[in-house]
Amino acid sequence: MNDVSDAAKQTGIEQMNVKQMNMVQALNSAMNIAMERDPRVVVLGEDVGYFGGVFRVTEGLQKKYGTHRVIDTPIAEGGIVGASIGMAANGLRPVAEIQFADYIYPAYDQIVSELARLRYRSAGEFPAPVTVRTPCGGGIRGGQTHSQSPEVLFAHVCGIKVVMPSTPYDAKGLLLASIEDDDPVIFFEPKRIYNGPFDGDPDKPAIGWNAHPGGQVPEGYYTVPIGKANVVRQGAALSIVTYGTMVHVCLAAASDLGLDAEVVDVRSIAPLDIDTLATSVSKTGRCLIVHEATGFAGFGAELSASIQEECFWDLEAPILRVAGWDTPYPHAFEWDYFPGKTRVKLALEKLMRAA
Amino acid sequence: MANNASFHMPLVPARPGEAPDFSYVRLSPAGAVRKPPIDVPVPYTADLAEELVRVLDDRHQAVGPWDPGLAPAELQRGLRYMLLTRIFDDRMQRTQRQGRITFYVRSFGEEAVSVAAGMALAADDMLFPSYRNQGLFIARDMPLVEMMCQLLSNSRDMCRGRQLPVMYHSKARRIFSISGNLATQFPQAVGWAMASAIKGEPHIASSWLGEGSTAEADFHHALLFAKVYRAPVILNVVNNQWAISTFQGFAGGEQKSFAARGPGAGIAGIRVDGNDFLAVHAVMSWAAARAREGHGPTLVEHVTYRAGAHSTSDDPSRYRPKDDYEHWPLGDPVMRLKQHLVALGAWSEDQHIALTAELEAHVAAQWKEAVSYGTLQQGPSLDPALMFDDVYKERTPRLEKQAQQLHEERAIHMRNKAGAP
Repeated sequence: MNDVSDAAKQTGIEQMNVKQMNMVQALNSAMNIAMERDPRVVVLGEDVGYFGGVFRVTEGLQKKYGTHRVIDTPIAEGGIVGASIGMAANGLRPVAEIQFADYIYPAYDQIVSELARLRYRSAGEFPAPVTVRTPCGGGIRGGQTHSQSPEVLFAHVCGIKVVMPSTPYDAKGLLLASIEDDDPVIFFEPKRIYNGPFDGDPDKPAIGWNAHPGGQVPEGYYTVPIGKANVVRQGAALSIVTYGTMVHVCLAAASDLGLDAEVVDVRSIAPLDIDTLATSVSKTGRCLIVHEATGFAGFGAELSASIQEECFWDLEAPILRVAGWDTPYPHAFEWDYFPGKTRVKLALEKLMRAA
Repeated sequence: MANNASFHMPLVPARPGEAPDFSYVRLSPAGAVRKPPIDVPVPYTADLAEELVRVLDDRHQAVGPWDPGLAPAELQRGLRYMLLTRIFDDRMQRTQRQGRITFYVRSFGEEAVSVAAGMALAADDMLFPSYRNQGLFIARDMPLVEMMCQLLSNSRDMCRGRQLPVMYHSKARRIFSISGNLATQFPQAVGWAMASAIKGEPHIASSWLGEGSTAEADFHHALLFAKVYRAPVILNVVNNQWAISTFQGFAGGEQKSFAARGPGAGIAGIRVDGNDFLAVHAVMSWAAARAREGHGPTLVEHVTYRAGAHSTSDDPSRYRPKDDYEHWPLGDPVMRLKQHLVALGAWSEDQHIALTAELEAHVAAQWKEAVSYGTLQQGPSLDPALMFDDVYKERTPRLEKQAQQLHEERAIHMRNKAGAP
C-alpha cells in the first residue's frame, strides 16, 4: 500500500506534523488551511455555518472566519451554486456544500449549463473557480434519497473536474487542490467512510481510521494532484479499478480470496488518469471495475471502454463490472443493493476462471 | 358538496385577425406616483409595485417627482444610444435575412430599458444581461465591430466561435457572458453582489430577464438570496408581454404585476414605464442608490412591448394581431424621448435626420470592417482547434489527443476536396 511516508516524500512534506484524522477532520482541516491561506475562499451551504454542517465537516469555521466567509444558506441548491458562480466572477473562491449528493439535482442546470461552460463560452474571460463538495454513497440507512452516487452525471459534462477520495489523506490533499484549481470541481465525499474504512460487512464492528495509514494526515498544507490515480495495492494476478468506499471493499475481497490483486483507486474521475489504469491492466491482463452507483451507463462503462481501447491485446479475459443494481437505493434492502464483498468476490472468481 | 371549480386558462387579449386590446395594462398618469426615500421599508413599496412610474406626459413634458432632471446633453446621448441600438438591430436583422449571420434578436421597442439603465448605473457596476439587452453594451460604448464579429463567428469573435449570435460578453466593460439558458444569470448577479458586500466594495450588480423567465426557479432563488443577504443588486423583469408566443399571463401576470413579486419575497418592488427613458433612468438611479447605501435589493418591472419577433426564427403574426404594436399604449421609446427633446427646444427634425444618417453610416462602416475579419462562410476563419481550448484552463491529455485527431481528419478532408487520391 502506498503509505503516507511515500506520499509525504513525493510532496516534500516529511517535516510536517502528522496527526491521526478521520475524513471529516481532514476535510475540515483542508478548508481551514485554504481559508487561512487565501482570504478569497468562502464556504457556503445549508447548515454549514453556526451548526458546522450535518456531518460536522465545516465545524468551527464560522467561529474562526466569521459569518461573511462561512455562510448559512437557504435550502435552494440552485441558488447556492448560482450565487457561488457570481461570487467566483467577483473574485472569490467559493466552496459550496450540497448537503447530500441526492440533493444536487436542483443545481444541475447551474452546474452543467453555467459553471462548466463559463470559461468556454466567454473564451476565458469569466472562469468560475467553484468547488462543490457533496457527500455521496450509501450504507448509512439513508434510503433512496440519501444514498446516491451520481458522479457519472458530472463526469459526462465537459468543463468540470470530478474527484472522489478514499482516505482522509487524499481527501485533504484533493480538497486543497480543488479549491486552488482555476476550474470548477465537483468533490464527492463517500460518507460511509467518513469515520473509518469499510470493508463492506455491516455486521462487523465499525473500525476507525486510526489503524489505517490513510488516516495519518499532515496538519499543514499539501495537495494531492487532480488527474492522478493511485495504485493502493500492487499485485500481478488482476487489476481492480475502483474508487471511493469500494476501494476498501475490494481490498478486503481480494484479501479474503488470497488473490494477488492490484487495486487502483481512480480518485480523479475527470480528468481520468487512463495511463495509470492502462499500465496496471496491461501488466495483469485482467480487469474488474467496481463502483457503488448503478451499473447501467455508470462510470464503469467509460472505464471499461477506455481500458479496452488501450489494453485489448493484453487482456486475457473480458473486463467485468460490479456495481449497484439498476434500481433506486432501497432503504430496507440496503445491503442487498450495496455491491459488497460477496458480489465482488464472485466477480473476481469469474474473472480468474476466464480463459 | 359544491363543485364549481373550473379549469382556468389565462386570457390572451387578442389573437391574429382580432382587434388589439391593451385594456389589461394598468397605467398611472405621468407624474402621479410618489417617490419615496431610498431607505423606504419593503412593505411600503407595495403600491409602487402595482402603480406605473411615468415621467413623460402626453405633451412630452417631464413631470412629477421621478423626473431625473437630466441635462439636455445627457438626453441627447440617450437618444443617440437608443437610435444606434435600433439602427444596429435593423441592419443585423437584414444581414441575417441575407444569410450572412445565422440568427439575430432585435430589441425593437425596448431600447430604453437597456440604454437608460446602462447610463444610470456606474461604470464599475456589474451587468448580467439577457439576450435582448444589446443596449447595455451600446450604452457602455462597446464598439459595434466587436459585437458584429461575434455575430459573424469570425476571426475576431470574442467567443471564439462558441456561442450563438448575440451571446456577447465584455470583461472590460463589466458585462457578464450571456447564456442561452433563461434566468440563470439572476442568482449569479446576486452572488456577485454578495461578494461585493463581503469585500466591502461599493459596486452593485444588475441583471435582466423577460417576464416569461420569472417562471424559472432561478428567478425565485435570486429574489430569495437577494432578500436574505440584502444583496446590493437590482433585479429587472423586462415585461414585454410575450415570451415567444406565450402571453405574459402564462407566467403569472394576470391581475398581479411582476414587480409585486418583490415585496412578496421581501424586497422592494417597483413598476416602471419601460418605454419612458426618463422614468427608467430615474428608477434605476433610485434602485442603485438604495443598493449602494446598503438598503437592499430592488425588483424592477419594466413594462414594455416586444415590437418585433422574438428572434429571426419567429413569426409573431401567427399568434398576435399584426397591428398590435401600433396600439400599444406606451408608444415608442425612441420617439418619446425625441419628442421630449424637441419640446425642450433641444432637438429638431433636421438634427434627427442628420443623426439617423450619421448612425446608419457608422453601422455600415463598422459592418464593412467586421466582415473584413471574416464571415461564417468566408475567411479569415478561426482555427477549429480552438474548440479544445478553454474547456479547462489547460487542455487535458484527452483533449490534446482529440485536437490531433481533428487535425488529421481535416487534412484528409482537405485532400479529398482538392481531388487528390
